[in-house]
Amino acid sequence: MAGILAALVAAGPSASWPDHLVEACRRATGVTGVGLALVDHTGVSGVVAATPGVGRELEDLQFSLGEGPCTEASRSGRPVMCPDLADDGGTRWPAFARGAGRAGVSAAFTFPLQVGAIALGVLDLYRTETGPLRGPYLTEAVAHADAAVAVLLHLQGRDDEAGATGLADLADRRAVVHQAAGMVAVQLDVDVADALRALRAHAWAHDRAIGDVAGDVVARRLRFHDSGNGTAGGAGVRHPGPGPGGEPA
Amino acid sequence: MTAREELIADAFVQLADTLVAEFDVLDFLHVLVERAVELLDADAGGIMLADQRGGLEVMAASSHEVHLVELFELQNEEGPCLEAFRSGLAVTRPDPAAMRVSWPAFTERLEEAGFASAQAVPMRLRDEVVGALNVFRVTPGALSDSDMKLARALADIATISLLQERSMRARDRLAEQLQGALNSRVLIEQAKGVLAERGGLEVGQAFRALRDHARRSGTPLAEVASAVVHGRLRLGR
Repeated sequence: MAGILAALVAAGPSASWPDHLVEACRRATGVTGVGLALVDHTGVSGVVAATPGVGRELEDLQFSLGEGPCTEASRSGRPVMCPDLADDGGTRWPAFARGAGRAGVSAAFTFPLQVGAIALGVLDLYRTETGPLRGPYLTEAVAHADAAVAVLLHLQGRDDEAGATGLADLADRRAVVHQAAGMVAVQLDVDVADALRALRAHAWAHDRAIGDVAGDVVARRLRFHDSGNGTAGGAGVRHPGPGPGGEPA
Repeated sequence: MTAREELIADAFVQLADTLVAEFDVLDFLHVLVERAVELLDADAGGIMLADQRGGLEVMAASSHEVHLVELFELQNEEGPCLEAFRSGLAVTRPDPAAMRVSWPAFTERLEEAGFASAQAVPMRLRDEVVGALNVFRVTPGALSDSDMKLARALADIATISLLQERSMRARDRLAEQLQGALNSRVLIEQAKGVLAERGGLEVGQAFRALRDHARRSGTPLAEVASAVVHGRLRLGR
């Protein structure tokens, strides 16, 4: 995953990362098309990037229909692996399966882009041949989904302070990081996505590893505060300091 | 039956009950780890699952103390869990010296955490290893043969439980299931943090509060965690 992110950063400015990501994913997983879409509780709310041709066509189809593997993956928080759309796609998503058939797509694999309670979107893989996504292809798909999580979290952040460095921090899966994100969300009264970004910004500003910062939060050696103007950002974070006031509430 | 046999029988009855009733895979794995620690006379334990990223992730641990969780996470580099996962075989070492030879960094951290031995058994699904059950003890030495057998039986039950939540058609279902469970695990960590901060609790207490509520209300752990993180549910103080 770190390698994927490094290649994106090297490829150009952050706005171009989604386009590079879907293309890199298509090549690494041996599929025909790949799309990256945002999903909210009403369904697909926007297509962020798609490979030209089949990828773009089917992303637009799911967006306009409001049905397909994407809504299902997003709702359940699990990947939806459909190695043969002709087999059970028709009963699950009749209109989508018909449209996919017309476009020559026989298999679809959709990965939800979620970090616990943070639901960002989905990564859709489409292939003209039937059959499962296995072995190294599956590993690559999951790695690209992790990279997509980091990219979307980064692009949705208000402050760009941490820049491209520490992008991988946003896809850290260690328990302590997510416990700390939950604590910081309460401390700053923000959602867990903002809390995760605040942890990363703090780590960047203090030149520390995000896991160490998270460890300090969980051990209650470090608290996050509002920066004064009501926004919660890395720059406003203060150490509790010695003496009174540093104790947990 | 001896007292120990009775304990084992009780554990299997409890686990089987959980499997058929309203089933929550994460809660189940936590119960299983707690019983494994008790039955194997261990002092801590956990289950790690393959995450399809080529790594292993902690799914359940007998305690939520940061240093214990790190002992599992560290095993993405070296340790009995990784060895059991890669070899598909039960892993044990006769003494700390042998442990240090095999896993120098892991053994050092294990000893810092106050443990003197570690064992792991693979969780196997037909020809595929999906994870491992790991126990730590403060006393040095290997597990007895009968304890090792029991550990394998418990690991098998853990594997079965992964397939139970939904009828599994094939490996594709396992991929879906695993990724879903891994995301629920992250969600539960976030909820532990939210609860810990709101209630001034330790993360372990926060987990128990989540689990107690899930059981009392018959709601899956992940759903309770989601409600807590989204502020729809307030628990405890």
